[in-house]
Amino acid sequence: MSDPRTNHSRNGAPATLYDKIWNRHVVSDLGDGSALIYIDRHLVHEVTSPQAFESLRLAGRPVRRPEATLALVDHNVPTTPRDRPIEDPLAAKQISLLRENTAAFGIAFLDIDDPRQGIVHVVGPELGLTLPGLTIVCGDSHTSTHGAFGALAFGIGTSEVEHVLATQTLLLRKSRNMRVRVDGTLPPGVTAKDLALAIIGAIGTAGATGHVIEYAGEAVRALSMEGRMTLANMSIEAGGRAGLIAPDETTFAYLEGRPRAPKGALWERAVADWRTLASDPGAVFDREVVIDAREITPLVTWGTSPEQVVPVTGRVPDPDDFADPAAGRAAAAALDYMGLEPGTPIEGIAIDRVFIGSCTNSRIEDLRAAAAVFRGRKVAAGVRQVLVVPGSGEVKRQAEAEGLDRIFRAAGCEWREPGCSACLGMNPDKVPPGERCASTSNRNFVGRQGPGARTHLVSPAMAAAAAVSGHFTDVRRLATAGGV
Amino acid sequence: MEPFTTLVSVPTPLLRDNVDTDLIIPAAWLKTVSRKGLGAGAFESLRKRPDGTPDPGCVFNRPQYRGSQILVAGRNFGCGSSREHAAWALADLGYRCVIAESFADIFASNAFKNGILTIALESADLARIAADAEAVRPVRVDLAAQTVTTADGTVVAFALDAFRKHCLLNGLDEVSLTLEKHAGAIAAYEEAARQRMPWAIGG
Ligand code: SF4
Repeated sequence: MSDPRTNHSRNGAPATLYDKIWNRHVVSDLGDGSALIYIDRHLVHEVTSPQAFESLRLAGRPVRRPEATLALVDHNVPTTPRDRPIEDPLAAKQISLLRENTAAFGIAFLDIDDPRQGIVHVVGPELGLTLPGLTIVCGDSHTSTHGAFGALAFGIGTSEVEHVLATQTLLLRKSRNMRVRVDGTLPPGVTAKDLALAIIGAIGTAGATGHVIEYAGEAVRALSMEGRMTLANMSIEAGGRAGLIAPDETTFAYLEGRPRAPKGALWERAVADWRTLASDPGAVFDREVVIDAREITPLVTWGTSPEQVVPVTGRVPDPDDFADPAAGRAAAAALDYMGLEPGTPIEGIAIDRVFIGSCTNSRIEDLRAAAAVFRGRKVAAGVRQVLVVPGSGEVKRQAEAEGLDRIFRAAGCEWREPGCSACLGMNPDKVPPGERCASTSNRNFVGRQGPGARTHLVSPAMAAAAAVSGHFTDVRRLATAGGV
Repeated sequence: MEPFTTLVSVPTPLLRDNVDTDLIIPAAWLKTVSRKGLGAGAFESLRKRPDGTPDPGCVFNRPQYRGSQILVAGRNFGCGSSREHAAWALADLGYRCVIAESFADIFASNAFKNGILTIALESADLARIAADAEAVRPVRVDLAAQTVTTADGTVVAFALDAFRKHCLLNGLDEVSLTLEKHAGAIAAYEEAARQRMPWAIGG
């Protein structure tokens, strides 16, 4: 057990950031490594919540602290203008049901036409709901995004959504500590997305299973909040339960003045507290991985798992070259699905579509990076559709104020309303069977962007470079040639 | 939840290994908004022929097994995705117990959360239950005694986590258990947190 006032274990042993957040939130220690943990913030969306509300209703139970929960719609919503009706009756049903459920249980709801509506993991931080040291959950695996602020944030199942609504707690088993230290600084043209893919490529999609990751080191400290969110977002693709980055001046500068962030004297008190959250010197991690930022290049996935990734300057690997026969078989199956031949240069792969968006890469900095490539250029002739989908209403307004929407439109992109969009095939934005998409999202699984869709994960700048070239292109060369 | 004490039922024989969650409930059914009604989609690919008409040979369509509350299968039942819909679908079909050689962890946990007892038996014992299922003879499950009694009176014991047993016997779901055991601790935590981290709990 630990002492919440000092953050240290009672025996004085140095603690990690994860240990400190865990220790502060223990309601009851159940021994055997598990505890009832208090949940500070709960985010709810239309897809994973209906059955949780149904159960509350059947049991006649209230929501314990409605003010700790925010609900919004993102997965199912079309990204076309908001005055049009939703055609998919199942999506329309889930959305209207969330509207009814939140009204009945007294929970704040950002409806489809609310100016703040957007992807749950973009909106939470924007509103200042996401704060350092908190526990944050949502019925969605990419809740790890909020770990960028030094909050313990993770995805939960529908029964757990119900448990949090009714009790504001969860029964949890403590994970192990893992640190990913990224030394050096990222070279020009290499982004947080490339860093995330590089880490997953290095440790594999099961590399952090059973662990909470803390990202540390010079390259992580140098990232903006947007970049940190991109990195924490993909912790789940590395197998981690959550991903954390210790809060610092960058974090405080982002949060100060946000609508739900503390104000005045309370803000000062909170910041003083947040400064104590960093892992103590000498804290023990069960696993440590060191990555050299200077060696990372822009990356492109070639397969159907985020770990199947190579530099844009590389080639599609040969399944026969894998030392592990299981990895070789997985590679062969992936290449078959992706319609790729071993040895093909990545820059030689032509694309049909581009998707710039998702909770990984739909923030203002991502859109600026893409616009810098599109400025003065056109979408290549063979590319059928380029979707640019801001992560929230706030991102959309900011982008329009900066004129980014005009750059996208002039280049031939479609500028849409906020939502999850083509990240997953649950709303009208899909990639048709057999078509190839350069996507800034986080999952290249079979059928993720629609049945038979072929997804290549890249950074926003790399997605834009592919859009204007018609095939994957090293954005560093393009940027130099175009004088960006 | 309804307490689980004893159950007497003809078991439905689904005698195969690796019954995955896609087989139990196809992905097309995941857009539902209720736990109820999923029985209509459960085992769809077994119950329906390619032209969409019911396959009379499928155990789920045979009148002998109508109203069955026990499902018998082979190894690794419930493997695949973590969808809780698989447990909801079985419950909606009326199943309260699955007997198999082994279970996928997440499925077993989801089944438990929804009041379904999962019993893992060694293959020789499982074969006795399977034989009764195929011969349409009822078996008796006694949770308190942790036994399954076959039609000829043979008693087969099974192992079960004590916590799960307690919850099932008393019809406690996890929410009621937390409220029953920890309501005081939660209130005390909130009280202390209001002093300690007002920005966290004030939100
Ligand atoms: S953008 Fe994609 S990954 Fe993020 S919450 Fe939506 S569907 Fe999930």
